[in-house]
Amino acid sequence: MTTLSQQRTQRVNLGGWSGRAIAGVVVLVFVLFFVIPIVWLLLAVTKSSKELILDNAFAVGSWADFSANWNQLFSFQDGAVTTWIGNSALYAVGALIITLIVSIPAGYALALTEFRLRKALLVLTLVVMLIPSTALVLPIFLELNTVGLIGSPLSVILPMSFFPFGVYLTYIYFSTSVPRDLLAAARIDGCSEFQVFTRIALPLAAPIVALVAFFSFVQNWNNFFLPFVMLPSSDGYPIQVGLTSLLASTPAFNPSSAGSDSVQLPTLALATIVSILPVLIVFLFSQRFLVTGMTAGGTKE
Amino acid sequence: MTLAHPSDQLTAGAPKRRRSAAREGRAPGRTPIGYLFVSLYALLTLAFGIAPAVYTVVLAFTTGDGGFAGFDNFVKVITDFRFWPAVLHVVAYLVIWLIGLLIFVVALALIVHALRARWASTTLRFVYYLPGALAGASSVLLWLFVLDPTASPVSGLLRAMGFNSFVQVIQPGNLPVIFAVIAFWTGAGGWIVIMYGALNNISTEIIEAARIDGANAVQIALRIQLPLLRKWIAYMGVMSLAAGTQLFVEPQLLSQASNAIVPNDYSLNQLAYQYAFQQNDFNGAAAISLLLLIVALLLSWVFVTRGGLFERE
Repeated sequence: MTTLSQQRTQRVNLGGWSGRAIAGVVVLVFVLFFVIPIVWLLLAVTKSSKELILDNAFAVGSWADFSANWNQLFSFQDGAVTTWIGNSALYAVGALIITLIVSIPAGYALALTEFRLRKALLVLTLVVMLIPSTALVLPIFLELNTVGLIGSPLSVILPMSFFPFGVYLTYIYFSTSVPRDLLAAARIDGCSEFQVFTRIALPLAAPIVALVAFFSFVQNWNNFFLPFVMLPSSDGYPIQVGLTSLLASTPAFNPSSAGSDSVQLPTLALATIVSILPVLIVFLFSQRFLVTGMTAGGTKE
Repeated sequence: MTLAHPSDQLTAGAPKRRRSAAREGRAPGRTPIGYLFVSLYALLTLAFGIAPAVYTVVLAFTTGDGGFAGFDNFVKVITDFRFWPAVLHVVAYLVIWLIGLLIFVVALALIVHALRARWASTTLRFVYYLPGALAGASSVLLWLFVLDPTASPVSGLLRAMGFNSFVQVIQPGNLPVIFAVIAFWTGAGGWIVIMYGALNNISTEIIEAARIDGANAVQIALRIQLPLLRKWIAYMGVMSLAAGTQLFVEPQLLSQASNAIVPNDYSLNQLAYQYAFQQNDFNGAAAISLLLLIVALLLSWVFVTRGGLFERE
């Protein structure tokens, strides 16, 4: 292996030089593109609104300004931000749990068992997955309106729990990456169909469970349109919808809002960070796991 | 992992599949366990997939008091003076975004995958991926700052391009590009990771063989990796197209932040929302939703039939 890559280095070192330079520039430009806004955001919350505009964009502010911004954010409308974060957690985690309970067995069944309408359900999964979810938001609103669920957490959690993408991922995983001989062997050894799933398939599916959980949580947490439509009262907002209230109270973007409860730019920046903090943490901890999950299928065959 | 010929997809005949099922060791015959495992999912599909879609169709062809309306709702929304501008806005955004996504995601994934230093590849994937944590309203808020020359980290760049105020930046002509940039910033990293995973799925023996035969990195990328990525590229196209037609939160927040310089009926979804919640015209909203649905389905079908999304091995 090492001799191979040495040979390779020698072979491409002339022809690949300009190509590598171009690739390097492309990589660098995109690193800056992706990183600059985030770095700026992290620094912005440590400044006062005056410093934010006058100082160098990448200057570091002070702890005092950060805590002033923090206090302003969490005293906004008597602690509305805390309520919104709690709501987001309830909706995202609630829907995540239901999604896993529903999607993993469904993906397994679609991939490895036979049942009537299997193919129809598979096609339907792809079709619904491709339907813009917002196209269904208004009809779901009307549907839930007739049963009186509007404004209830369930009006957000239940529609979010329907996650065809998760089923599709599970289906792909089970149909491509789980050795069928293994399942057959378990059957020969006397496992019931249910045991084949719980003892053999499910442990093998840990990466895909994590992947579905991850996508589901991130999508639920970031969902805007559904709660925007379903939840009329500010008490029920998740943080994503709550951000619009903060934006509406920011004089820099909405001059008519200058008043006692107005929000300054650094505070709005802090709200942006706070709103994504859980997702960010999940991202930081799940990346290795996630990449393992995405690539686990290929190395076996 | 071998890529199936398009005819081997789901649409292929059932007898063939049943034969292969037996060979693959799927549960012999029909066992009730399949029904048990899909039951909850089938229930949710009915409640939040089929029922609302059917309801959209019903609403789109009925009047406010329930009578049959024929195509009146469609005529009404299509002749609405806001309809065609909204269509053009969304199409312009989609074209820019999809082209950018296809080119840069594939290119970056290939480059990152070609890196031999493990730490560099891991770090890059993480850096590209991280903005995905900011989606929806959060990323739009961040980009409001970035696009406002008074506070922006790239204010020099904005001024060099002739933009001295936020209002100048968000002129209507710039919006499709702005929305495409925001969407790319947020979404590209996830796709890069997925493409990277797909590249890892390609057997190293194939790549080594090509290398020994004298193929350079570019030839390997174009002749081997790209064709083997076809399924994932099509997949990215379908998902992004579907997501793109939903354009809502970006113009909605920008409209709010610009004192309506960006209209609140910029995109089709916003228009549908206006119909439903401002005009209390659910039938008109359903008509727009149905049109969006049909367009997305037609375009998706092209990707699905050409990309081989459903082959089983």
